[in-house]
Amino acid sequence: MAAPALPERKPMMTLAYRRRIITNNVITGFLVLCALLALIPLFWVGIYVLEQGWPALVGQFPSILTEQSPEGGELLWAAEGTLILIGLSCCVGLPIGIMTGVYLAEFGRNRFGDLVRFVADVLAGLPSIVAGIVAYSVIVLTVHHYTPLAGGFALGLLMFPTVTRSTEAVVRLVPDTLREAGLALGVSRWRTIVSVIIPTAVSGIITGVILGVARVAGETAPLIFTILGNTNGFVGWDQPSPALSLQIFQNFLTPQDPTIDYPIGYAGVLLLFIMVIVLNLGARALAASRSGAAR
Amino acid sequence: METLVRSHAATHQRRGFVSGDVVFKGATMLFALSVLGAAVLMVGALLQNSWSTLTKYGFSFFTGTVWDPNRLIFGAQAYIFGTLCSSVLALLMASVVGIGVAVLLVELHLPHWISTPVAFLVELLAAIPSVVYGVWGIFVLIPMMQNYVDPFLSRFFFWLPFFGTDSGGGRSMLTAALVLSVMIIPTVAAISREVIRVVPDSLREAMLALGATRAEMIWKAVLPYARPGIIGALILALGRAVGETMAATMVIGNFGYVGPNLFHSADTLASKIANNLGEASDLELGALFELGLILLLVSVLLNVLARLLVWSVSRGSAEVA
Repeated sequence: MAAPALPERKPMMTLAYRRRIITNNVITGFLVLCALLALIPLFWVGIYVLEQGWPALVGQFPSILTEQSPEGGELLWAAEGTLILIGLSCCVGLPIGIMTGVYLAEFGRNRFGDLVRFVADVLAGLPSIVAGIVAYSVIVLTVHHYTPLAGGFALGLLMFPTVTRSTEAVVRLVPDTLREAGLALGVSRWRTIVSVIIPTAVSGIITGVILGVARVAGETAPLIFTILGNTNGFVGWDQPSPALSLQIFQNFLTPQDPTIDYPIGYAGVLLLFIMVIVLNLGARALAASRSGAAR
Repeated sequence: METLVRSHAATHQRRGFVSGDVVFKGATMLFALSVLGAAVLMVGALLQNSWSTLTKYGFSFFTGTVWDPNRLIFGAQAYIFGTLCSSVLALLMASVVGIGVAVLLVELHLPHWISTPVAFLVELLAAIPSVVYGVWGIFVLIPMMQNYVDPFLSRFFFWLPFFGTDSGGGRSMLTAALVLSVMIIPTVAAISREVIRVVPDSLREAMLALGATRAEMIWKAVLPYARPGIIGALILALGRAVGETMAATMVIGNFGYVGPNLFHSADTLASKIANNLGEASDLELGALFELGLILLLVSVLLNVLARLLVWSVSRGSAEVA
């Protein structure tokens, strides 16, 4: 039975319809405004950092190269301190992060795996200052002196959840056919994981490691009472040591002499800013090249 | 796959041979255990160090308004209030912008050369170290607040209790909330984007087929479906704001205050710890550790809640797919 013909309706430009169209356009405009509001601070901060940091960094250069004046050395020592801390935090964070990630991807489909995954996820939101006071109580209060090891430990605690989650994700992406091929050839499962699966996933794991490093490279709060900071560089494992982020904080909050300390601070801000952007771009480029290769 | 592995392992066992598999699995499991160990260590270390104040002050620690190490009186009310107030304010500002960015990136179908950089740049906001935000806050935002924003607001909105006198020369709760909101926009945007992306297209198509405009479709179909996940994103962002230390401590003025005036200097749990732990000893040290314990518990609670909400949305989509 044929349905009764619907009365023909022209699109009506009634008042209500027009209002809906206008609302739609207003909302679209509002969304664009939101994007602008989010991006304005980024450019504002970026421009401010470049504008203040570039002349300051250039101004530091002769003294950095000759290391004659103490203020030139300060920046260099702080940068060295940051590198040492990143190395230390990798010693703590990478073994835990990568091995746990491999465990979760390969053996973690059970209650215990779910628990570890959940705890790692929750620890990813750990306030950095809490990692700092934990390192302070566990290491500094025990050995009774400030040490870069405590700083590295705190940063390692902050780093491993990022590495764990990304490692698990990329190891899980390795197709099961590779695992089966290994086993079918009579290779044991752990040899398959070590020689086939991890090499396949390695660029993804490295991406996660870079993101982990980027996460901790600029951290300040966990360092205040673990490495304390100094102005003459790394002097020993049982001594206070400097870091770029901490140096910046101290130079602006408690300057000895603003005419000297502020430029060092600004140069440090620029270095730190460039460092995290390069790390993030690097991770992104690596991830893009990997997905490109997979295609 | 699993059966193949099992039969494989069985062959080795029959040969009476300690399988490398067992050793390897045990080794990785040990590291996985160390994750749980780290969590226990944190709670244990904080509990142990704050035990003295926990037992001495009990519940009055949370409600007390005075923090005076010389008279051994420790009340954390001002810091709890400062943390909550600055974080919630920051979330109010960041949620609108963050959700807006997420909807823009998913629903407007922008060309790739626009949406990819916008998404990346917004994520970059999260990568900038907080001390850099702090420096920007001190030298750009604080003078701006002091000279333009605060006078403007108190001139036109003086009848609201929120805009009283500026006690800290621009260092205030409002300034801290502004910096925090910038820092948590990427969290809101990235996670909201993920949950909005998994809203089934059939819902969108149904709305559009009924003659809805895009705005109506977003408002009546997409956002309600994604709501639990978006709430999860907001809670996660709140957790980030609660734990943020450096940017807040550099612009908030570090003066314990409880009250409605947003132009007043204030203090947060994290910045109180950062400023005082270095010189503290004995009971004050315990009190500061207890602040850290509160911070840890609050952030764990928020994170657990947020994960459950985000999971509830993405698991639903996995069942549909």
